[in-house]
Amino acid sequence: MLSFVNNFDDDFIRQFDRLRREMDEAFGTLGPLAPGIRNTPGAGFPAINIAASADHVDAYVFAAGIDPKSIDVSLQQNLLTVSGERRKDLPKGARVSLNERFEGAFSRVINLPGNVDPDKVDANYRNGLLRIRVHRREEAKPKRITVQ
Amino acid sequence: MNQQVRNTETRDIEQSSPSREVQRQPQAERYLRPPVDIYEDDRVLTLKADLPGVAKDQLSIGVEDRTLSIEAAPDLDMSEDMTAIYADMRSNRFRRSFTLSNELDSEKIDAQLKDGILTLTIPKREELQPRRIEVKTK
Repeated sequence: MLSFVNNFDDDFIRQFDRLRREMDEAFGTLGPLAPGIRNTPGAGFPAINIAASADHVDAYVFAAGIDPKSIDVSLQQNLLTVSGERRKDLPKGARVSLNERFEGAFSRVINLPGNVDPDKVDANYRNGLLRIRVHRREEAKPKRITVQ
Repeated sequence: MNQQVRNTETRDIEQSSPSREVQRQPQAERYLRPPVDIYEDDRVLTLKADLPGVAKDQLSIGVEDRTLSIEAAPDLDMSEDMTAIYADMRSNRFRRSFTLSNELDSEKIDAQLKDGILTLTIPKREELQPRRIEVKTK
C-alpha cells in the first residue's frame, strides 16, 4: 500500500489551484462571461459536471458516501434537481482537528440543454459518483440528410 | 480513458475562453484538494477524504519522510464523443498531503475505500499513548 512517492509541495499545489480558480473566475473558462443564472461553477455540495453528446446529456454528481436510495433526482423540463442528505456520524468524544467535509441536507438545481427528454432518464451510483443520463429528444438529434 | 476526459475538457476550454493565454497551463498540473476530516481519540487518528468516483485501483496512498500523500484519479467513463459543457470539478485528479507527527505509527496505517470516501486509520504508538497515572494513597 505504501508505495506512492511524494515530490510536490502541497502548498505550491494549493497556490497554483487558487491562482487558477481566480483566473477562472475572472475570465470564465467553461462558458461566457455571464453564465446561466443556475450554472455558475463552484456552487457547493455536491459538485456537478455536465457533458453532452448529440445523443444524450450526462450529469456527474460528485456525492461520496450517500445512500443511493436517499438521493432524490428530478427533472422538470430541462431543470435538473438533486437533493439528499449526508451524515457523517462522528464517533462520540472524538477530538476534531479538521472538519471540511460537507454534512447535512443538500439540494442543487442546474439547467441542462433545452432539448432533453424528461421521460428518458436513467441514473446509477458507483464509488460515490452519481451519473444521470438524459436522452435528447428525437427531433433534436442531428439527422443525416441524403443528397439525392 | 482519463486522457480522453482531459482532452475533451481542453477542447471545450479553448473553444469558449476569451483568454487563451491563461489556459495554456498543462492539464497534468491541475489537482483538486479533496475535503478532509481528521479526528482522534487516545488510540488512533482517523482521516476521511471525499474522493467521489474513485475506485480502489485509481487511488495511491504513500508515506515518505513522514509525509502522507493521497493521490487519486477517478475515471468518469466519458466517451470520446462527449463535450464538457459545465464543470465544478475542473480536474480529474485529487491530491493532498499531510505531515505525520511522531506519535503516529505510519507502518500500521489501515485504508478503506467505500462509496468514494477514503478512511485512513493511523494508530498511535503504544509507548506514546497517554497513560493514566494512578495516585496511591497510604
